[in-house]
Amino acid sequence: MGVIHGEEMVLNIGPQHPSTHGVLRMKVRTDGEILTQITPIIGYLHRCFEKHCENVTYEQCLPYTDRCDYIASMNNNFGYALAVERLMGISVPERVEYIRIIVAELNRIASHQLAIGTFGLDVGAFTPFLYCFRDRERILDLFEMLCGSRLLYNYIWVGGVSHDLPAGFVEKVYEFIDYFEPNIQEYNDILTFNKIFIERAADVGVLPEDVAISYGVTGPNLRGSGVKWDLRRHDPYSVYDKLDFDIPVGTGAMGTVGDCWDRYYVRIREMEESAKIIRQALDQMPREGDVHEALPKKVRPPKGSVYVRTESPRGELGYYIISDGKPKPFRLHMRSPALTALSVIDEIGRGWMLSDVLAILGSLDIVLGEIDR
Amino acid sequence: MNFLELVNYINSNFVKNFVPVEVEAPADHIDCPADRWRSLAEFLRSDEDMEFDSMMCITGVDYGGEEGNLGVIYNLFSMSHQHKLEVRVTVPKYKPVIPTVENIWRIADWFEREVFDMFGIEFDGHRDLRRLLLPEDWEGYPLRKDYEFPETYHGIPINKVKEGWE
Repeated sequence: MGVIHGEEMVLNIGPQHPSTHGVLRMKVRTDGEILTQITPIIGYLHRCFEKHCENVTYEQCLPYTDRCDYIASMNNNFGYALAVERLMGISVPERVEYIRIIVAELNRIASHQLAIGTFGLDVGAFTPFLYCFRDRERILDLFEMLCGSRLLYNYIWVGGVSHDLPAGFVEKVYEFIDYFEPNIQEYNDILTFNKIFIERAADVGVLPEDVAISYGVTGPNLRGSGVKWDLRRHDPYSVYDKLDFDIPVGTGAMGTVGDCWDRYYVRIREMEESAKIIRQALDQMPREGDVHEALPKKVRPPKGSVYVRTESPRGELGYYIISDGKPKPFRLHMRSPALTALSVIDEIGRGWMLSDVLAILGSLDIVLGEIDR
Repeated sequence: MNFLELVNYINSNFVKNFVPVEVEAPADHIDCPADRWRSLAEFLRSDEDMEFDSMMCITGVDYGGEEGNLGVIYNLFSMSHQHKLEVRVTVPKYKPVIPTVENIWRIADWFEREVFDMFGIEFDGHRDLRRLLLPEDWEGYPLRKDYEFPETYHGIPINKVKEGWE
């Protein structure tokens, strides 16, 4: 660390701290209340995901992917299933594609609700958190109806999904979307355009476009910096190319392009888009069909390797799988979007006050389960 | 550009016949010797027609077997030209050293630290090569195929198979 100057102080934030969204420790050097260096120390939640996967079969890896990003398990299952399917060269029935998109987008809404709710908490607004959780609860109820669990679903399997939609599910999702879309206005009224919130979030922690790309920041954080980039549109997978949706980007409406407020507002707008996608997918989905039709008897991909990336609520979620023709993966690597988002905190957090850095951290929307794996 | 065009471009503009082009069984990645990787990376990042500005993923691999080679797989993407490329660098286990690219793509900083953490591959020239996920005093590199699980950690015994497991 070198010589410590008279007024500089080294502080630890975390590992147990409500603002770090999990077990993250940040070693910060402070000059008064200004932070001059931020060193994130991660690994407290490391569960050897990749080593485990080398010792279990492809089907058995699936529940582990749930536990990486536990806020958006459906999207993690989705990415893994796509990767193995591409390695094996199987295509799934159209109905399954639509079911996957519906559940993945529902999960995206739930994840963004948690992100904006806890971001509100970080900057001192408690009520919006309860608004978000009121609506998130309904999505979790839908998932419970679908597959029996509320957090870790293990729903999207290689070659299909675990259960067909239960009777009445489609109507319930329509009902939820009708209920949910007007509620976004409520979030805007109570938090987005709140004067105190804007003062805390606008112009804080500006992430320029080139820095974001160099640090591999993806997803809503990259779009907040004004880059129109969404893997669902630009590197389409599943049937996203048949659906019509906009890609919201940060415009600097309250300050500078790429500030905390932009990253936050991109998430709000994305929830609207996800609702739009779900409505279209429900309309277009074939009503009949066997969801277990394409399930392989044995998941044993031929020799080869594949890198598949999907758009999870946090950004580009990639799986690199090497198969040697055996029932267990030879090597499975997960590219975590939250890891890349966290790595940029030193760059954009320097020179801000302690309370601002916690706001920046909240706006990056990290999940430690995925960072540490 | 598709893969073949990329390979032809590299062969004509970087080093002549750098990538052997196989017509019968075209590959989907290029292999690069460790001593050439740094200059290739600079070329891929700065050349106007390549412009790979995004490092998608860095994966470490232990190929195992008798040769016992370690490898690092780089997945690159260009946001402006929308093309991607996979580069594989392989090094022997007795001397696992690869030049770093962390000042070309900033995210390579943490990705390389993770590979170092799990495989013990050293990245020559890296500013701050420490373990990323494991504790600093951890011994060995867990994702190597010949890794042996420790029996104790700081004097605490680790049960290999729990009672009643399976």
